[in-house]
Formats: sequence, C-alpha cells, structure tokens
Amino acid sequence: MEEKLRAIAQEAKQLLDRATNMDQLNEIRVKFLGKKGELTKVLRGMGALSADERPRIGQLANSVQADLEDYLNHSMSEVKNKELEAQLAGEKIDVTLPGTPFSLGKNHPLTRVQQEIEDIFLGLGFSIMEGPEIETDFYNFEALNIPKDHPARDMQDTFFTGPEELLRTHTSPIQIRTMEKTAPQVPLKIIAPGRVYRRDDDATHSPMFHQVEGLAVDTRITFADLKGVLQIFAEEMFGIKTRTRFRPSYFPFTEPSAEMDISCVMCGGKGCRVCSRTGWLEILGCGMVNPRVLEVSGYDAEKFTGFAFGMGVERIAMLKYGIDDMRLLFDNDLRFLAQI
Amino acid sequence: MRVSFKWLQEYVDIPVSPSELADKLTAVGLAVEGYEDLGAQVDKVFTGKIIKIDVHPNADKLVICTVDVGGGENLQIVTGATNINENDVVPVAVEGARLAGGLKIKKTKLRGIESRGMLCSGGELGLDPESMPEEQAHGIMILSPDTPLGLDAKPLTGLDDVILELELTPNRGDCLSMVGVAREVAAIYNKQLKMPAPDLKSQSESIAGKVKVDIEEPHLCRRYIAKLLTGVKVFPSPDWMQERLRAVGIRPINNVVDVTNYILMELGQPLHAFDYHKLKEGHIIVRSARQDEKIVTLDGAERTLSGEMLVITDPTGPVAIAGVMGGLESEVTEETAAVLLESASFDPVSVRRTANALALRSESSLRFEKGVDINGCLRAAERAAQLLQAMGACDVTEGNVDNYSNPVGNKTLSVRPDRVNHVLGTNISAGVCSDILSRLQFSVQEGTEGEVLVTVPTFRPDISLEADLIEEVARMYGYDKVPQTLPQGESTRGARTKRQSLIQKVRQILTGCGLYEVITYSFHSRTEFDRLGVPADSPLRNTVALQNPLSEEQAVMRTLMLPGILDVLQRNYSRRNSNGAVFGIGTVFYPRAKEELPAEREKIAAAVMGNTPKAWGTPSHTMDFYHLKGVLEALFRSLNISSYSFEPVSAEPGYHPGRTARVCVKGNDIGFLGEIHPQVLENYELPDRVAALELDLETFLEFAANFGRYHKLPKFPGVERDLALVVPQEVAVRDVLRVIKKAGGELLKEVELFDVYQGRQVQEGSKSLAFSLQFQAQDRTLTDKEIDACISAITSRLAKDVNAELRS
Repeated sequence: MEEKLRAIAQEAKQLLDRATNMDQLNEIRVKFLGKKGELTKVLRGMGALSADERPRIGQLANSVQADLEDYLNHSMSEVKNKELEAQLAGEKIDVTLPGTPFSLGKNHPLTRVQQEIEDIFLGLGFSIMEGPEIETDFYNFEALNIPKDHPARDMQDTFFTGPEELLRTHTSPIQIRTMEKTAPQVPLKIIAPGRVYRRDDDATHSPMFHQVEGLAVDTRITFADLKGVLQIFAEEMFGIKTRTRFRPSYFPFTEPSAEMDISCVMCGGKGCRVCSRTGWLEILGCGMVNPRVLEVSGYDAEKFTGFAFGMGVERIAMLKYGIDDMRLLFDNDLRFLAQI
Repeated sequence: MRVSFKWLQEYVDIPVSPSELADKLTAVGLAVEGYEDLGAQVDKVFTGKIIKIDVHPNADKLVICTVDVGGGENLQIVTGATNINENDVVPVAVEGARLAGGLKIKKTKLRGIESRGMLCSGGELGLDPESMPEEQAHGIMILSPDTPLGLDAKPLTGLDDVILELELTPNRGDCLSMVGVAREVAAIYNKQLKMPAPDLKSQSESIAGKVKVDIEEPHLCRRYIAKLLTGVKVFPSPDWMQERLRAVGIRPINNVVDVTNYILMELGQPLHAFDYHKLKEGHIIVRSARQDEKIVTLDGAERTLSGEMLVITDPTGPVAIAGVMGGLESEVTEETAAVLLESASFDPVSVRRTANALALRSESSLRFEKGVDINGCLRAAERAAQLLQAMGACDVTEGNVDNYSNPVGNKTLSVRPDRVNHVLGTNISAGVCSDILSRLQFSVQEGTEGEVLVTVPTFRPDISLEADLIEEVARMYGYDKVPQTLPQGESTRGARTKRQSLIQKVRQILTGCGLYEVITYSFHSRTEFDRLGVPADSPLRNTVALQNPLSEEQAVMRTLMLPGILDVLQRNYSRRNSNGAVFGIGTVFYPRAKEELPAEREKIAAAVMGNTPKAWGTPSHTMDFYHLKGVLEALFRSLNISSYSFEPVSAEPGYHPGRTARVCVKGNDIGFLGEIHPQVLENYELPDRVAALELDLETFLEFAANFGRYHKLPKFPGVERDLALVVPQEVAVRDVLRVIKKAGGELLKEVELFDVYQGRQVQEGSKSLAFSLQFQAQDRTLTDKEIDACISAITSRLAKDVNAELRS
C-alpha cells in the first residue's frame, strides 16, 4: 500500500509536469484528488490494514495528498502565468496611434484678453458694468467735458445715427451712467468692457474695436493710487518684470491726464522694431477724473476724487499674440483662430 | 509740429543735447514723436563757385563745370543740371563725400570726361523738395552770391540742425510756436525766456484816414489790428529766414508771405497780408457771410459761404474767410506796393465750424480753433513790420488800427498745496508748487489761507480750474516722482454678476463642443437682407442707419447676427477651410419710436458646415441640423435648462422651410435653429448644407442656473426594456415620446430614442423607431409583471394615438 501511494504520487507529478493548460490540470486533479480519484480509492482500502499500520499509512496518505495539492497549485499558477503572458502578447496595440479626437473650439483672442483684464481687476475689487453701444452725444461727449465744436472731438472720429445719437467712441459713457446711478455713494470701483466705434479703417485701426474702461471714486483716491493699480495690472498682464512709465497727456475728462507706457514686451526695454527702438510701448490713457465730470455725475468734486483709465483690447491682444495687422482679428479665419 | 533745435535756441539757452531735450519734452507732456538729425548722413560738402560752364563734347544734356571750392585747385565736375549759371555759389560734394540716402561720391568719368565731385540739390542733401523755393525744388541749390568758398555747407543749408516732431495734445495750442515751446523749455531748465521785442521805427505818415476797420460780430472777432506798410518791394527773403522756414517744413515764397509764415511759427499768431490797393477804400468789415456768397481762396478754389461763417470784407465783398484762408483777389503779388497786415483774434468755435464745413484746414485755422493769445496780436503785427523793414522791403506807417473794445485780462485762480498733494498722493511743498508755476510764467502770490493765488496769462486758455494747475505742478514735478500706492478705505467686492458668469459658461460649453468664437462687425450693408431673403415688409429691415458710414458695406446696424456669421463661413469656405463650426455673441439694434435710443439686445448665433474631423476608428459625420441641435441641447443641460422644445416652422427668413425649428424655453420663444435655405446658401456662395441658430441670449439666460438640485439616488435596481415601433412617416418623434411618457406613468424613469430606420424592411410611408425604456421604483425592485403591464399600457396608447405598431 505504501508503494502504491508513492507510485500514485510519482505518476501524478509526472502528468502535472507535462500539462500545458488548465483543462489538463483539472483532469489530473479529478483523476488523482477527486472524490473518485486514485488517492481516494487507495484510502478506501485502508480498512484491510492492521491496526498498527493504519495510523502510519493514514499519515502517509495525508501527506501524499497535501504534497500533491501543493504541486497542483503550483502547476496551476505557472500555467496561469503562461496563459496570461500569451494573452498580453497577443493584445499588443500601437500606442503611437492618435487618440479618439474630441473637437474643441476656442474663445476669440479678444475675448480671452478681455477676460484676462477683467479677472485682474475683479481681483482688485472692481466690478464689471456694461452700457449701450448707441449713445447720446451727452453721455459720449458733453458729460465727459467735450462740448460741441471742441477740438478734442477730432481725437475721435464719430459715426452718427441721429443728430444727438452716435455709436459710442469709447467706453467712457459707462463711467457717467454708473456714477449717476451710484452718487453720492462711495467707494465705487468698476471696469466697463465693450465694443466701441470710430471712423477709421486700416492696418492699425478698425471701425469697431474693444475697450476696457476703469473708474474708482472715493474720498481719498490719488494719482499715486492710479499708478499703483495700473502697475499691478501691467505686471499681471505682461509679466512680473514689466515696468511702467507715465507721461502727461490730455483727455478732457481727466485732469491731470497721463499715458501709460510699459517696458517693451518683445525686447524688455532694450529697444527693438516693435517699440520703434524706444524700449516703451504706449498701452493706455488715464488720469484723475476731471472735477467737472464728477459734478455732472452727481459727486461733490471737493469731497470726492477719482481716477479713470481706458485701454484698447486689440492693442493688448496684438502685443500678447504678436499680431501685426488688426484686421486679422476681425477676419475670423479658422486657421488663425485655431492657431493662437 | 516741427521744431528746429537751432531756431529754438534763439529764445532760450538749452543746456542739454537735442535728444535729451526730446526725452524731457515728452516727460512734461509735449510728446516728441520724431527726431531728425538733418545733416547726419551728409559729409564733405563745401561751398563752391562755378567759375566756368563748358559744353560736353559727347553729350547734349551734360555740361562741364569748373568749380572753385576755395582749396586752390579748381575741380572739374560734370553735371546734368539746368538751373545753374557761371558765378553761382552752390553746395559741392567732393571726392569721399556722403549724401542723404547713403550715396558716396567718387572720382568718375561721365561720357569720357572726368568728374571730381557733384553739385548738390536740396534733395541730395536731405532737404524736403516741398520746402524749397519753387525754382530750386528740382535743381541745384543756389546759395547767396557773397557766401565764402570752401566752407562746410551744412550750417549754411540748415543741415546742422535737429528737428523735433511734436505731437501736441489739443489743449496745448500755445505750444504751436517756437516761443511757446521755448517757454516750456525755459520752465524745465529754469532759464530766461528771450521774447522777441520789436523795436519799430515808423517811417511814413500816420495810418489815420487810410485804413478803417468795422467789426459787425464783436463776439466772433474780439480784436482786429491792421498795420499799413507802404513802399513795399517784393523779393525773396534772406537765406536765414528761408532756412528756418524750410526747417519747419514751410516753402519760402517771397518776403511778405515768408514773414507772415515766420511770425506764425515764431509767435503762433496767424497773420494775413492783403494788397492794400485791392481793398476798396482801405475799409475792412468783419461780418457774417451772406448765404451763398462766394469767394475764390488763395488755393484757387471757389468757396460758397453760408451765414454762419465769418468773413473779412471790403465794401465790395469778401476778401478772406476769417482765420481760415485769404482771398486770391487781394493776394500779395510782385506788383504789390502797399500791404495791409491783419493780426486778429477770431472765435475758436466759429473758425473750427467754418474750416470743417469747407473742409479747409489751414495752419491758421488749426491755431485759431485751439485759441490764440488775444494779447499777442500787437506784438505779432509789429514784429512782422519790423522784419520786413529790416530787409528793406517796406516803410512802416505810423500807428495801427486796433479794434479791441473789450480787452481781456488775465484770470486769477487759487490752488491749495494741500489739495495738490491730496489729489496726487504726494508731499510737494508750497514753495515747490509756487516755483513751478512761476517758471511757467504764471504770476504767483500767497493767499490768506495758505492757498496760492495764480494769475493765468491769456496765452494759456487751457487753464481754468484748480485741477488744471495741479496738472501743471504734477507734470513739471515729474510723474515719475509720484509714488505708487493702492487705494485705501473701505474695500469693495469684485465679482461677475450671474448674467456675466453665465455668458462665460455659455462660451465654455460651446467651445467645448468644438465651436470657435468669432467677432463680427455690428453693421452691415442694406442689401444683406436681400441676400438673406428677408421679406420686404419684415420688421427686421427696420434698422438704425449710420449717417456717415465709411462705406455702403457698413451702412446699417444689424438686426440679426446671422449675416455676419454666414459671411465668416463664406470667407473660410472660399479659403478651403470647408469644415467650420463657429459662434458669436453680439448686440443687435432695433429702432424705437418714442425712445431717445434704440433697443439693444444681446444675441448668440452659431453655424456649422462640412464634417467633423476625419480620424481613424471614429467615423467623421456631417455637421448638420442634428449636430447643431446636439450642441444646443448640451448647452441647455449645462445651464440646467430642462423644459425646452423645438417646434417646426416653415417660413423663417433665411432658413430651410422643412428643416427649421423655433426654439422655446418654458413656453418662451428664444429664437430659431435650422438649416439655411438653399437659395440663401447660393447667395452667400456656401456649400450645400449649413445649419445655424440665432437665439436671444438675454431671454434664455433668464431660465438658466449655475446649479441644479439634488434628487435622492434610487436604492433599487432599474430594468431596461427596448421598444421597437413602426409609425407613419409624418408622425413626429416628439409626439411619440409624449405618449410613451404619459402612458408609462411614474415607473418609467427615462426614454431614449436610439434608432430611426426607413427603408426596405419597413413598409413604405412608415418608419421604425427604437426606444430604450428605463423602469424604476424608489421603494422596491420591480417585478416582470409590473413592467409588462406598463409596456402593454404604453403600446396600446401608442397604437391609438400615433398609429404605432410593435415591430415584429
């Protein structure tokens, strides 16, 4: 009996060694370890053994069974590994093929720049106001201290839709409309983005373009505050190393007035073609709100001061994206829109 | 304005170089936009006298000149010039010389004859031919005959000068002159301003009885000075004056005209010289023009005047348009023997209106409309007389007619140094404020309460408020010295409104769906409506029109976004960008009868053409009606808009009658979605399928929300059943869905259409629809029996209401 057990163990192991797949392994398991398997048959014959031998053979049979089960498990995991390897090898794909395409569009570059400007000023506590694109002469000019027949009207060639109605030439009327509604409450801090119109059409002018206006009114707003706020704007918009320069200028609705230049975004101020070798780029007009404008809008100009600024979105977009012809921005060529 | 550095030095000592001055002027608000070193390119050009002119043996059009350049040996120079004579003194470029434009002069042979240099024209030296005397504009420059020979020609031709091109702001009319700029320079460097002080000796009898001036419109002409010059001799003005005029871009004409131009540039006072004998009775009348009165101006054009224009007349009619341009009839000519010199002050608005109405902007009108110093008129008249007298060109009659009934005095303003610092955020002392203002020629006195009393001279009409004086202090103190701070005081909230953030979200979703944003003009051509097939009586044709459009293409404000969007597709299609998906957000304008301003509505429009991108493994599909509808449905879902519907319409302008829907949200019409009408596609030269939509953004955002609401997730599993139906072809899927939902009751959670089939396997006139139905209960797992009951309720309802059969 002992020999028989050993022979079974040996035979089973030989078969297991030769098996190459799970089906074969299962057959072997049934044949030797199953309920009607070889090992069971031998154990059924235990009754014929002497009482002396029974415990010993019993022990042997158990160890043979345990040994075989181990052997079987080991073979099974080996075969499984081989099968998995074979599966993986067969499933290889070309990972360099492009992925399933998802079509994505883009916001227009002017929108992106405008949103960037908005976000900077939102962070500085300004809220966003809007106003009509067709304006009255009063809001577009007179309230801004530009009476009829004033030479400053030459600065803004205007489209008229009626004797007193026109396409706004700047976003400044929104200053007046907002102040009228808010006065005499302070603090007032707003920006006003929007489409504006002037009778110009060439590589650097478009009859329709975009501006962002800014206005702050409070009891103690200073020209120094204007410089500080715009310095932050310049750094956020054009990079932390951007320097600003303020030059006296003239706008009827601000006094003192200034033009703000930034150090050239291309050459950093050394002088290049973009900045006409000056190292500076003119970027926006600004100033302290003219007392007449404050008074027209309902603020006591002795008690309150304010600053205002206005910038062209196209100009900034052209600098940021390196565009040299403004007309591209309104041409809407899909290759252009996808590119930048 | 062109400013000659050399000329400027006559009025002020400038302690810096021209380029440093340019930077400084920019820093105080006189922006220098151009810098021109006139002689930078020119070298080795000397004065030389043409001793002899010989014919060229081999060329008819060339001559051989023998030229003395003061260096002992005469030079032989071959030239093609025709305006030279023996004994002329001319600029001579010798061997090794450099000329404007980079030309280098070498010894050469012209048609076999050696030539050792070149006689120069003004243009070759870099002078603007337009500023040269007529006869020299295209020939050799002829210098004064007494010029020493062998001198560097640059100083003699004005090439040792630097021109600063000033871009003046409209408020600084006072700087439209050399003296005006010199005044700023004197203030910057704390130097003395040297005003020209005419020292006039009258030589002939009194003006009395010879000239009479009547001003009929004293509010439009507050001062009129007439000065009479007799014994006038008209000849070219001296070199120094020609050189200065040339430097600032004015062509020398003759001494009388040149002097008026010289004063214009020196003092900023426009003068006009009349031929005295052409004025009837020496009588000047300043009055409004008669309606349709005519005058031929100096430029030879006949001008028709209107009643709002101010004219200078004699008893017979107009002789000049006041402050704008003189008349040809009374022009100074070589025969002129006596000159009546006008130095006047005209109303800025009147001059501006007249110049605009006649489209005639002159150097004179440019200055008057910005304000000319009324108290400078006399100095200008006397200075002009003195200059002409000094050239021996006239005798000066004793006295002036000075019609100035209401003399204008200087105004006084007060400025508080505290206020200066309050506005600027600086710490400038009262002393510094006063110093700056007095350097600018304001007279300054201390007031009683610490304020500074400032007397503003009449040459600064731009100064009328304390704020203006604050700016004067700030710009001279230096904007760069003002610190950078942030606003103090109560802080404010910076946030987008709900509407503003929803619009941002709309953009995100649409770009996420593959659409590119485009920006189109708010105006278009009137014919756009014909192209789009808008009926003649459609209210859409009622537009806000521009009174002064740049072109017919931009004549009216849009009432629709669609034309602009279709134009974008067309432009792209013509450039072979044949697959396109775009959207735009913009304003449309509707006239309103009773309101001052038109109504403005914010719209969103989108359009698609062509196919989705070709790619391996994913079939490309046509971007048609359903593609764009899918985009719109995605937009609705992300804006948490659930109750929307699409109703078929058949007569919307521009759209295909069988492929267009009205879009409704909660029962409100918000716009249209459809394919573009084939005829319209043809008009726009577009491919044969374009789908588009245009919606009223404001209405539809009213129903949008940034957030949805949470509903409990089901605990019990749902069951899915498919339902395949055959229905008559004309039945709309929307109606089938309504029946299914109604009949399915509470347990039916969702219905999705997943297949539509028309073809051989379905009877003609019918279509097959396949739906996937999801059943679920909140409180239990549903049994087959319950679901079967639901399905049979649905199918029997479908059979009755939409004539549907189950597909076998």
